[in-house]
Amino acid sequence: MKLLQAWKAFMMVLKGEELVPKSSLPLAPTPTPKPAAPLKPELMPERFEEGAMYTLLLLQREGRLIDFLQESIDGYADDQIGAAVRQIHGDCQAALNHHFSIQPVRSEDEQSQVEIPDGFDATELRLTGNLPESGPYKGALAHRGWRADKVNLPQRTGAVNTTIIQPAEVEVGG
Amino acid sequence: MSRYVIGIDLGTTNVAVAYLDQQAEVPEPQLFQIPQVSNSGEVGTADTLPSFLYLPNEGQFAQGSLDLPWATERSFCCGQHARKLGAMSPTQVVSSAKSWLCAGNVDRLADILPWDREESQLKISPVESAKRLLGHLRDAWNQTMDSEDRFEFQEIILTVPASFDAVARDLTVMAAEEAGLSVTLVEEPQAAFYAWLHEHGENWRDEIEAGQQILVCDIGGGTTDFSLIQVTNEDGNLGLERIAVGNHILLGGDNLDLALAYSVAAKLQRERNMKLDARQLAGLTHACREAKEELLRDGATEPQTLTVLGRGSSLIGGTISVQVTPEEAQGILLDGFFPACAVDAEPAQARRAGLRSFGLQYASDPAMTRHLAAFVSRNSGEDCASPAAVLFNGGVSKAPAIRARLLDVLSDWHGAEVTQLAGTHPDLAVAYGACWYGNVRRGNAIRIRAGSARSYYVGIESTMPAIPGYEPPMEGLCVIPFGLEEGTELDIPSQGLGVFVGASSEFRFFASADRQEDPAGSTIPNITDMAGITELPSLSTHLNVDEGDGAGSLIPVNLHAELSEIGTLALWCTESGGERRWRLRYELREGRAPLAESAESHE
Repeated sequence: MKLLQAWKAFMMVLKGEELVPKSSLPLAPTPTPKPAAPLKPELMPERFEEGAMYTLLLLQREGRLIDFLQESIDGYADDQIGAAVRQIHGDCQAALNHHFSIQPVRSEDEQSQVEIPDGFDATELRLTGNLPESGPYKGALAHRGWRADKVNLPQRTGAVNTTIIQPAEVEVGG
Repeated sequence: MSRYVIGIDLGTTNVAVAYLDQQAEVPEPQLFQIPQVSNSGEVGTADTLPSFLYLPNEGQFAQGSLDLPWATERSFCCGQHARKLGAMSPTQVVSSAKSWLCAGNVDRLADILPWDREESQLKISPVESAKRLLGHLRDAWNQTMDSEDRFEFQEIILTVPASFDAVARDLTVMAAEEAGLSVTLVEEPQAAFYAWLHEHGENWRDEIEAGQQILVCDIGGGTTDFSLIQVTNEDGNLGLERIAVGNHILLGGDNLDLALAYSVAAKLQRERNMKLDARQLAGLTHACREAKEELLRDGATEPQTLTVLGRGSSLIGGTISVQVTPEEAQGILLDGFFPACAVDAEPAQARRAGLRSFGLQYASDPAMTRHLAAFVSRNSGEDCASPAAVLFNGGVSKAPAIRARLLDVLSDWHGAEVTQLAGTHPDLAVAYGACWYGNVRRGNAIRIRAGSARSYYVGIESTMPAIPGYEPPMEGLCVIPFGLEEGTELDIPSQGLGVFVGASSEFRFFASADRQEDPAGSTIPNITDMAGITELPSLSTHLNVDEGDGAGSLIPVNLHAELSEIGTLALWCTESGGERRWRLRYELREGRAPLAESAESHE
């Protein structure tokens, strides 16, 4: 085993690499290990559709949401549907939290009185009801809103057929 | 000295890697997040790398769907995706490769895994499986960390079960070397104990007393491992010594999940006349695994609903929903796997069928408490009959109900309440501990003294006049005494051994975990008939014809034994009165069916 290391050191010298790594010199602050190739794929405008398809793929794979939505629920009793839905609910919730970390936009309780000043972010807040000419607007919080705190999609490698939400399955043998 | 110390827990179900930066002001073990294929065409990182290797057929997957950032056009995968795929296609996945490394009844260097796959298809050996897992870690590390700190050049501590004998350890090191790594071995229960020591810093002495035996009880997904650590008194200071190890018991959390699933399936059959197919049973086992945690929680009263969704697109129509109460679950799991028993209980032996198939030697008695009783009885010392404290490790021990039951049983045997040493991270303690062990090896922190966990013997034929049909009895010469410290060498006094020139000489090789008093050089008459002895693959050496020696001449030799620093055994034949020496190597290619018998009868 030591012979192996000696050989490696010899090869390093041949290649001109440093035998004494810089890191063994006087204490430098510990650098954090550089992460693997970035885990968030950039979502370019032209890949918007691919991203949308991918969300369906994730929810089907982890929560079987598409199977559920594609099935006709007419013939089933409520408690039959309920049993399946509880499972799907749990799985999809876990998937959403893992990949998107969904949080409310507003932290106040629903139906509590809030005051919105002028110049609010119109993408985050929607006003309904009797609106005076200008703010501040006082009213009841009807919906807390939803926001995705992160987009945590797996790093993709290799070919992905984006029209396929779930491959068909054949069980061989038996 | 390398910058990092790396501890690898090469588990039966999961691999974990911890590392420590020796240049940090306060070096602390951290977990390495392992990149792996998480789904087809996707790479993610996780705390552990499931120890599964999936070997697909050609064309089964789209090109590139098993790729990693460091390897394109991959034809196999390991980790999470391999585990998921393997659940649905068991003949294509290699699992429990580690347990195969100590399976004495198969050729461990031959391409035999996946075991159930047809011979004509792709198979790999247990050693190759371990090598690929280690190779994955090496490449993942080199991809992630600074290019100056390559994995191969760091100090690597690799864990093995305490029950691994010399041959299994040798094969583990072989797999590591094939992956380009030089490693030091440490036993898993010891590593878990080191993690506990590290967590307690200076306070560990407050929790235990001299003279106590501490049981390390490691119950993982697929295996159970017991070890005993003695707390000693050395001139007023507390010391630690690992005094005994158990057998490699193939019993673990997976058994519990299966038991629950099968009993629920039986209930469905009885009450609703419903028969589950293989896939539904797999889904049910998975649901049981998830529900088990809740069912075994302290004070659990709510019944858990296990739901298996219907196959295909008929999700709701095919959904099976069944309830399990905590009483039912505890009944099946606790009474089935952890029944209260006396300390002299023995594990039940299965009735032997006329033909035994090869393969992994699964435990015939699922009661872990009986295996534990056999272990404790075998190792009761003069001062104390049973452990006074226990350190739990492994995923199964996370369940409070199981810990409580084991503590009850142990306290019953001890005659007083048994202390539970609290360890955090039962899933990762072995990796953290291995890493910490690497750090303390050179320093002043407390070390667990651990010599050889077995005594080893070489078989010598007694000289007797030949009698037709009668095999002369074989003596066993002790070459490594129990407790021999790592990093020592021994010359075994001459016993009239000789090797033939120009031919291979073979010696039968034996091990015992029970015989702890035999000194080096002592002999056991009739070793093949002795209780407590397991036969291992034989040792052989081949002498080439040299000048001065005619072919066929006999050279008298002594035996020289060495237990290396890294934890492997080496045996040499040294010429009596001469300079030459020859290494004895394991003959792994021979299968020895009787091994299964002797291994089981001595649990």
